[in-house]
Amino acid sequence: MSEQIVSIRNVSRRYPGGVTAVDDVSLDIAQNEFFALLGPSGCGKTTLLRMISGLDTPTEGQIMIGGQDMALTPPNLRPTNMVFQSYAVFPHMTVEQNVGYGLKVTGVEASEIKRRTAEALEMVKLSHLAARKPDQMSGGQRQRVALARALVKRPKVLLLDEPLSALDAKLRDGMRLELTRLQETVGITFIIVTHDQDEALSMASRIAVMDKGAIQQIATPSELYEQPRTRFVADFIGKVNLIDAAVLGQKGGKVSCLAQGLGNMEVGCEKSTGDKATIAIRPEKLKISVSEPKGAGLVKTKGTIRDVAYYGDTSHIVADIGEGLDLSINVQNNSRTGGSGVERGQKVWVHFDPADALLLTE
Amino acid sequence: MDNWKDYKKVFWILAAPGTFWLLLFFVIPLAFLFIMSFGGKAIVNGEVSITDYAYFTGFENYLRSVEPLYLQIMWKSIWISALATILCLVTAYPIAFGICFAPARWKPILLLLVVLPFWINLLIRTYALIAVFRTQGYVNLTLSVVGLGPYEMLYNDFAVIFGLVYVYMPFMVLPLYATIERLDKSFLEASLDLGATQFTTFKNVTIPLTMPGIITGVILVFIPCLGSFLTPALLGGANAIMIGNVIERQFKAANDWPFGAAISFMLMFATFAALMIRAFVAKRSAGVDV
Repeated sequence: MSEQIVSIRNVSRRYPGGVTAVDDVSLDIAQNEFFALLGPSGCGKTTLLRMISGLDTPTEGQIMIGGQDMALTPPNLRPTNMVFQSYAVFPHMTVEQNVGYGLKVTGVEASEIKRRTAEALEMVKLSHLAARKPDQMSGGQRQRVALARALVKRPKVLLLDEPLSALDAKLRDGMRLELTRLQETVGITFIIVTHDQDEALSMASRIAVMDKGAIQQIATPSELYEQPRTRFVADFIGKVNLIDAAVLGQKGGKVSCLAQGLGNMEVGCEKSTGDKATIAIRPEKLKISVSEPKGAGLVKTKGTIRDVAYYGDTSHIVADIGEGLDLSINVQNNSRTGGSGVERGQKVWVHFDPADALLLTE
Repeated sequence: MDNWKDYKKVFWILAAPGTFWLLLFFVIPLAFLFIMSFGGKAIVNGEVSITDYAYFTGFENYLRSVEPLYLQIMWKSIWISALATILCLVTAYPIAFGICFAPARWKPILLLLVVLPFWINLLIRTYALIAVFRTQGYVNLTLSVVGLGPYEMLYNDFAVIFGLVYVYMPFMVLPLYATIERLDKSFLEASLDLGATQFTTFKNVTIPLTMPGIITGVILVFIPCLGSFLTPALLGGANAIMIGNVIERQFKAANDWPFGAAISFMLMFATFAALMIRAFVAKRSAGVDV
């Protein structure tokens, strides 16, 4: 990993009255990374972002930016800039004045402000709206103003607080691509806060999943999806079937266990502690067939289709495999006719390769 | 209800009591006063009557109201009111700001403290001020402890201005509080984040964005100050007379209602002028929701 730009050491933020928003968080963010803080609302991700910007102060721990301790540096002197969730584009200034504001208040020369403002507006494709007031613009355009206003300062780190949450779905997809492109062009470290796992997975190079103020796992998007370390992460990132299992024994890199409704199986796991575990398997890794599947080592069980939801490219199927256990299965609709090929009430076989399942012991 | 035009009956029923009240007790008396402002004392049996008035005797009341004596008093009323308004603004702004940033459970109590003086009669409050400022008052008593004074603080312009600031402060605090409370704090954070100091942020973001509250507060304080008569009468003595006192005298001691009506309307025109300035400022700061 290249040079660390942001280094967070044992940072906590406690509020008077016993609420702990951020609980002993340590993480390093490298130069040029697109880093995401992901978690449900109230998990402390925004508080952590605000502490990096200096708008909030840690009660314990240390935040270093570019190798310097930021404890005594107020927000206006930090090499970070923020894109606020509400955008906070000043309503009494034109687009151009908004973008130039951060330069003007730090005493940059007028000609330089004009040049850099024009450059920043060009970058977010808003040059034609420079003279507009924010109330004459759409949410997407205002967000670009907020982006340009932050980027024009050439910060070492750009902080984005739920930047896409206020946009409609179509615009969000476009903006997602644009943010990734922008990050590659300007070569600035981006730290984004989001509660939307799709957003984090599609944009970030690394993701920290947070829950109740603490970091659950820091990993690349594919690692998080395929190798979640905790039940919380598995459940939060994408859809997953979580099945309770009793650990029977361990040999080599495999654990044999008795899974509820599925019987005995062997799942790869480095080490298992305790006698209880959870088997996690993604809906797209489960398969359905009408006749009994053949193949060595497959985990299979009989079930009844309870529900079929058609989504065009895929169908989401819920199958009851007995013992009150429902499994979610995603099926690709590969041909134009027939859809998922099953209907409600049908008896089917549900099966999967145990290599696609994951044993969670935490 | 999206549009009152779609619910005409409902609109009229709801508007009727207020309209009736305003018409009967405000518009009609005001119209009488307006007519009277062009009148004069009636001549009965070749003598000037004390009780009867004649209508439409000309513009002499208005001409008299722009005589230097009255213009001077008018001008003095304007600058005293302006000064009181400015003092109100600079004192009320930090108070309103403080209340907005106070813990949520303190806010109602602090707001209550701001409006608490309204629960006491204005006359009593003004006499209390006299007790504070008179030669043997609390201020001079305190000063004498450190060997200063006594100072003459009553019956001059200072006392009037102080009294006006004291009386009208809540009218400034409340609209300011309402605007600052509604102000999205992320604007201030964005400004700080972009490199502005606290002071630059206050100057470039906070003040422009709270301008609607400032304007409302200024109007709510300046206009009643301009027409006040109790405060200057009690605290100002003879040499701190304001236009409100002149009007009061015409209606009472001088028994010259037509002239009193004419000055009242002149005062109203001055108020309208102030409101027009406000509209002009509002137009210039378009984009900020005024």
